[in-house]
Amino acid sequence: MVRIMSLTDVELKELETRAEAIRETIVSMLVAAGSGHTAGPLGMADIFTAFYFHILQQDPLHPDWEERDRLILSNGHIVPVRYAAMAHAGYFPVKECLTLRKLGSRLQGHPERTKLPGLETTSGPLGEGLSQAAGIAYALRMDNKKNHVYVVMGDGEQDEGSVWEAAMFVGKHALSNITAVIDRNNIQIDGMTEDVMPLESLRARYEAFNWHVLEVNGNDIRAFITTVDEAKSIYEKPTLIIAHTVPGKGIPDIESDYHWHGKPPSKEEGRRFIKELRSLKGKVPHEYA
Amino acid sequence: MLNPAAKLSAKVFAPDLVQKPTRDGFGTGTVEAGKADARVIVLCADLSESTRAEWFEKESPERFIEVGIAEQNMAALAAGFAAAGKIPFIASYAAFNPGRNYEHIRTTIALNKQPVKICGMHAGVSVGPDGATHQMLEDLGLMRMLPGMTVVNPTDAEEARKAVVAAAKTNGPIYLRFARSATPVFTTPETPFTIGKALMLWESEKPQVALLATGPMAYRALAAARALEAEHVGTIVLNVHTVKPLDAEAIVAAAKRAGRVVTIEEHQVAGGFGSAVAELLSTEHPVPLRRLGIQDQFGQSGEPEELLEHYGLGVSHIIAAARALLHAV
Repeated sequence: MVRIMSLTDVELKELETRAEAIRETIVSMLVAAGSGHTAGPLGMADIFTAFYFHILQQDPLHPDWEERDRLILSNGHIVPVRYAAMAHAGYFPVKECLTLRKLGSRLQGHPERTKLPGLETTSGPLGEGLSQAAGIAYALRMDNKKNHVYVVMGDGEQDEGSVWEAAMFVGKHALSNITAVIDRNNIQIDGMTEDVMPLESLRARYEAFNWHVLEVNGNDIRAFITTVDEAKSIYEKPTLIIAHTVPGKGIPDIESDYHWHGKPPSKEEGRRFIKELRSLKGKVPHEYA
Repeated sequence: MLNPAAKLSAKVFAPDLVQKPTRDGFGTGTVEAGKADARVIVLCADLSESTRAEWFEKESPERFIEVGIAEQNMAALAAGFAAAGKIPFIASYAAFNPGRNYEHIRTTIALNKQPVKICGMHAGVSVGPDGATHQMLEDLGLMRMLPGMTVVNPTDAEEARKAVVAAAKTNGPIYLRFARSATPVFTTPETPFTIGKALMLWESEKPQVALLATGPMAYRALAAARALEAEHVGTIVLNVHTVKPLDAEAIVAAAKRAGRVVTIEEHQVAGGFGSAVAELLSTEHPVPLRRLGIQDQFGQSGEPEELLEHYGLGVSHIIAAARALLHAV
């Protein structure tokens, strides 16, 4: 089944509002957790909103539904954005987000499939998601299933050699039921990606591995949805979407600052960040958060 | 005397007893498991002939997946296949699988609870001339430490076949260890095999030492038991093919009856089978214990038999260990 992905302006506004709410939840959960990653989840809020509120074939009440699309999160450290999006989509109560990283919580610091229904894999250690996506996609193809497999990776993650083992495999078998998304936010823990270990030309590298490559502004929800649509229309090759995002998006104080890759906001910073998020858009109902 | 319930080969001590490598059991076992269940698939990392994965490939080419020399990808790919309902066996040399790809196994298979069957070939010094790089001696320890991982080290090619067939029916991750060089096929299709159940091979009327062996070492333990019997030293020989979960009941019972224990493994004595037995007996029934295995060193090039002798894993070493225990206590 081909889903019609085009958006009306009203639908787009709803998604943008939703993304802001998800950002607020991310900030709140990181403050409550007292540890975790801030920049990546905020930068990816628009893409995860697009996935959970428009792109994915899913049933939040039946997370194991066989016809569901598979969304594999390879760079597990940005999982707060996935938890927040899942909660807003109805997989579990939004207030449970505040248990992130606490003893006994289903919301582990890095996602564990066996802890929370709706997660497809266990991840955190980098360079393992594309392989698992490839295994799932190959198996689906063996069984003539039409479910689509999405996999989100980080750009720093591309330093891992095993990513390229998987990229070779996916290219060899032309697994066009995979759409990979790289969060190209240019930061990693030790600095800017091009200083730590240059990745460019990322496009040429994947093209050389027999992938079709598209690029998009990952903070533009409409553009992202259109690009995913285009990716799914290509049957000869797997497609990679290089999604250029702004790490820390929505909070000007921290946007594009790699120091915010791996730390959470303090309580005071959290209050300020949420205020910034609201004042920017002014769309979030006051009683929320 | 030999335990009749083990239904061992009539030729068990005959010079013309058939010899095959346990990896042959991977080949026959996967073919059999694949015929019984269409979900069974085999992944291989450019070693299809020597791992015997090509036996499955010939039978079911559409369910054989060549991943190239990429063991990390192979492990995580298999986790994906399992997530989509397949029963994947992944085969490469133990030095790389689970040596090279340990963290992929830990995260995507063990922690992720995916029923991938990890098959490590060419384990132990009996790999021979290839030398230390390829003689994996730490795999049992690595895999034994992972929560939820079953660890099986078949004693001969026939038991290896049964272990593979049983693994396909087990709903969980499992590590299966195989050897390169041919060793006696002394069990038969009628020999009982259950994962987690040690098999009594030999039981003297008045056992004074229990010989607990894993993998092809069990045949050597049997040969040692026969020689010791001729010296009027009674023994029990247990084939402990499952290193995890250990058959605590059988091992404690053997220790209680014999009062002394020798463990035999083609693996580092630290962290492996002997360690597991020592951990168990130290709390359940402490008895004098000798652990035969590789003593904190790497292997080297040589012929399999001379290497096993060099590292103290010959039949004579087992006999000497049993005698030493008898004289000590």
